[in-house]
Amino acid sequence: MATLLIGEVTDGQLGLDATAKAVTAAQALGEVHVLCAGASARGAAEQAAQIQGVAKVLVAEDPALGHRLAEPTAALIVQLAASYSHVVAPATTDAKNVLPRVAALLDVMVISDVTGVVDADTFERPIYAGNAIQTVKSSDPVKVATIRTAGFDAAALGNSAPIEAAPGASDPGLSQWIEDRTAHSGRPELTSAPVVVSGGRGIGSKDGFAIVEGLADKLGAAVGASRAAVDAGYAPNDWQVGQTGKVVAPNLYVALGISGAIQHLAGMKDSKFIVAINKDAEAPIFQVADFGLVADLFTAVPELTEKL
Amino acid sequence: MKVLVPVKRVIDYNVKVRVRADGSGVDLANVKMSMNPFDEIAVEEAIRLKEQGTATEVVAVSIGVRQAQETLRTALAMGADRAILVIASEDVHQDIEPLAVAKILAGVVKEEAPGLVLCGKQAIDNDMNATGQMLAALLGWGQATFASELKVEGEQATVVREVDGGLQAIRVRMPAVVTVDLRMNEPRYASLPNIMKAKKKPLEEKTPADYGVDVTPRLSVVKTTEPASRKAGVMAKSVDELVDMIKGAGLV
Repeated sequence: MATLLIGEVTDGQLGLDATAKAVTAAQALGEVHVLCAGASARGAAEQAAQIQGVAKVLVAEDPALGHRLAEPTAALIVQLAASYSHVVAPATTDAKNVLPRVAALLDVMVISDVTGVVDADTFERPIYAGNAIQTVKSSDPVKVATIRTAGFDAAALGNSAPIEAAPGASDPGLSQWIEDRTAHSGRPELTSAPVVVSGGRGIGSKDGFAIVEGLADKLGAAVGASRAAVDAGYAPNDWQVGQTGKVVAPNLYVALGISGAIQHLAGMKDSKFIVAINKDAEAPIFQVADFGLVADLFTAVPELTEKL
Repeated sequence: MKVLVPVKRVIDYNVKVRVRADGSGVDLANVKMSMNPFDEIAVEEAIRLKEQGTATEVVAVSIGVRQAQETLRTALAMGADRAILVIASEDVHQDIEPLAVAKILAGVVKEEAPGLVLCGKQAIDNDMNATGQMLAALLGWGQATFASELKVEGEQATVVREVDGGLQAIRVRMPAVVTVDLRMNEPRYASLPNIMKAKKKPLEEKTPADYGVDVTPRLSVVKTTEPASRKAGVMAKSVDELVDMIKGAGLV
């Protein structure tokens, strides 16, 4: 039986990077069908059909699916799940909202944040904020899993898989969308950016983040933040990198004023190259950084931005 | 309105996690245990709802080993009115899976008939992020996950959720399951008099069999290993040297 992969669709747009990385992970399980669901999802489906390794794309368009609400989306997936051995999705907040609901409706466990596929029943996933990696074997008839995409390469494009219409959703009417509050910065998306510049508590204020953003813009990078910086109100929640925020693995991760709490390391330690600047020489971030500099951020970062 | 708050006993978040040498899991014997931090936020929010007059009673429930009664006493000391302990294991190393926990909670909900279940979005041990969603599914209720703001208005609640793109506001019909994220509130510390008072608050003991639930895991642990570690690198002495290193490595 094939794998149903839930494509990441937001306002009709496909999250191509996350979906293509999840396709790579899912290919180890057999034939991959991608479901694109939304109020309008045809464009997303056409894009998903180009991903190499996708055998078929299902498109479900229904106003009830428009804002990724858990109840109608889960109902749709459950309706389709009978013909699949696996139901997987990139581990975005939308998938983490929906797939456990799907799993419970199917009376199976969900396998969250998969980082490795050992075989069709066996998966690796981090536990304890990434302090341990557990290999688990599922005895459930259908495996429902979210894929932590940072560790997988995106499948290439150039395919033209057939697109079929899926049945519409039945909306149980349990919840209603009010609004999305999203900021559009013009910077690359955090989880797929090749370079990420992040600030921590050491930045000291919301205004202080200007030096982080300055370096990020110089490098064409996405901006991230530690939980401490987000909790302190220096940065918005969607910038948070860490176990409970976003997990990133860019080519270059620059950590500014970040001490390196375990929780944060869990979200970035798979980066290919880590550069850290912190005024505290004992900061744990230096134990994972490839290059480090002990310096005052407010003189060093503007100087670095100018000289790079 | 009655609020049910599930809480989990987990390794204290300040404790360094050690993987057992035989690969069977993480060592939890003689380690400091605490209430899951996300659940603490849920308890706090439930108590605030009671203080505002929105909630009439806060019931804390924990599913796990007998020692989880300490976790429940913490919830009672914070201000929960009573507690239910479902003893599902004698072994501190056995984690009860979210599906089984959700089934037991569904049984508790049928008996208690709360208007709201407030829980943490994930436990910091298994990091599954699943119990609330699974419970909502089993009950056929609406769900609002990863909440940073909750406003209960009669038959519905308005919830601001922390999502990848920023924030999303939704309205969910009550009764509902709301799972809380880090920034919803800052949990209070229990005062000594309240800790003493909590010892006298009712704590009822149950078993999974009382709810007709089989807690046999669906996922078997093949092995548990340490993650691959990174080595510390080179320290630059100046910004100029750092610039040379970054350029030399072909990073920009």
